Amino acid sequence: MIPVWVQLVFLAAAICFILALKGLSSPRHARAGNALGALGAVVAVVIVFFYAPIHHLAAILVVLVIGSAVGFVGARRVQMTQMPQLVALFNGVGGGAAALVALLELGDMIGSGPPRFTLVATGFTILVGAVSFSGSMITFAKLQELMTSRPVIFPGLPFVFGLSLAAGLVLWAFTVATPAVWVGVVLALVGLLLGVLLVLPVGGADVPIVISLLNAFTGLTVAAGGYVLGNTLLLVAGTLVGASGSFLTKLMAAAMGRSVVNILFGALKGGSTLGAGEASDRPVRSAGPQDVAILLGYANKVIVVPGYGLAVAQAQHTLRELVDVLGARGIAVDYAIHPVAGRMPGHMNVLLAEAQVPYEQLKEMDDINGEFKQTDVVLVVGANDVVNPAAKTTPGAPIYGMPILAADEAQQVVFLKRSMRPGFAGIENELLFDPKTTLLFGDAKDSLGKLLSAVKAL
Amino acid sequence: MSEPIVLLTFFVLSVFVGTEVISKVSSTLHTPLMSGANAIHGIILLGAILVTGLANTTGELIVGLVAVFLASLNMVGGFVVTDRMLHMFRRRDR
Repeated sequence: MIPVWVQLVFLAAAICFILALKGLSSPRHARAGNALGALGAVVAVVIVFFYAPIHHLAAILVVLVIGSAVGFVGARRVQMTQMPQLVALFNGVGGGAAALVALLELGDMIGSGPPRFTLVATGFTILVGAVSFSGSMITFAKLQELMTSRPVIFPGLPFVFGLSLAAGLVLWAFTVATPAVWVGVVLALVGLLLGVLLVLPVGGADVPIVISLLNAFTGLTVAAGGYVLGNTLLLVAGTLVGASGSFLTKLMAAAMGRSVVNILFGALKGGSTLGAGEASDRPVRSAGPQDVAILLGYANKVIVVPGYGLAVAQAQHTLRELVDVLGARGIAVDYAIHPVAGRMPGHMNVLLAEAQVPYEQLKEMDDINGEFKQTDVVLVVGANDVVNPAAKTTPGAPIYGMPILAADEAQQVVFLKRSMRPGFAGIENELLFDPKTTLLFGDAKDSLGKLLSAVKAL
Repeated sequence: MSEPIVLLTFFVLSVFVGTEVISKVSSTLHTPLMSGANAIHGIILLGAILVTGLANTTGELIVGLVAVFLASLNMVGGFVVTDRMLHMFRRRDR
């Protein structure tokens, strides 16, 4: 039984977590909110040592310090472009920890005839925690390019997946009907397999949705773990995370114009995001930095459409300098951020914030789409699919139905591109061949640097 | 407090609170939301410490310590990296 004063501390910690999430409604209070959340978490963890019987205290403290140190160093060192990998990793270890906790708790409770519903929650924690762990690790490997980021499919994968899923559900039922540690261990192993099979067929461009989904999984796992341990703090915290993950998953699916099921299993049905496109040899209009600088320098309104290619080229700072120079010439410049620009929800905002772009200049798709008509020049840097009109005009295209930025409605469009290779979706972008479009070929950082000096020289 | 119905009530109410709070999160901050939420589920550390403290065999102890390691990495790393990101979103002095 948890003493009342401890329950009160847990309640306070839960409030800290809610306020931490609430703080994120505006960048101004977000950091303080996060600090409050961290405080709540630390206090709640410290309290445990004072009310509960903890054996092996020295070993636990040593491991705790090592784990914290590893997490701290990793979090300090990671580059902002690698944020999706890091989030996937943290997500996975959280799910893994929850599965292990449930497995140990299963061993503890067997003798005492636990209530059926507790066993249901225990089985859920073990199974979904394991899925979250292995799924996140595969996602990490894909993003870190330890393995191919293309969909991995083999004949019979749907069959193996279905079989594993059925096995998982049967073992879950067994955990409830005839609880034993070995059943739990096998359940965890099946969960690990399921996680791998779930993420393998997902292509690199669809990773944002997988990260969000696994985030929701881990949240629900921790919530179920809270139920198993009769701990309200874990229950509330896990549920909050589950809600956040589910929300982002829904949002990402809407931003891609596809259902979650289609994104996860689309590749099995003959591949929707194979990204295997060939470079086209149709004629395009290309221009040098001077010509583009004149286009930009004498415009009234410019919208920048940044894509992940910008971050790959590490060109965010140069882009920000260019925008600053244009702003100093009295030109209104905004950034149009597509929800799936980058490798996770909101990723592009972080990358631009790192380059000290004021967040007021970052406009969401729905807010800015009406402004393209009055825009003189749209500058597309390292993006392609998010401005591809095929999403509106070509039924049957892999991206058909995806909401896009209305760059095609502007007076002039400038693409900074390395080559004519299509984007992730592997389809040609008609906008590239439009008479109002100009292409500036080259590495994004290099091109932006030349543009910057050309605009300065105007 | 381990009454199933009490915990179920907590769960259902938390779903509503979570949905309400998160739907108001600025889309600019979706990445910090995700890493912040990640840090919050690191609170499983609490559970990991509790079960490890009750370990009877060496096997249980090792499994428990692995859980403590993973969860502490999750929690500390999550809050630190979220703080780092949010620091970049501070208002720029012009």
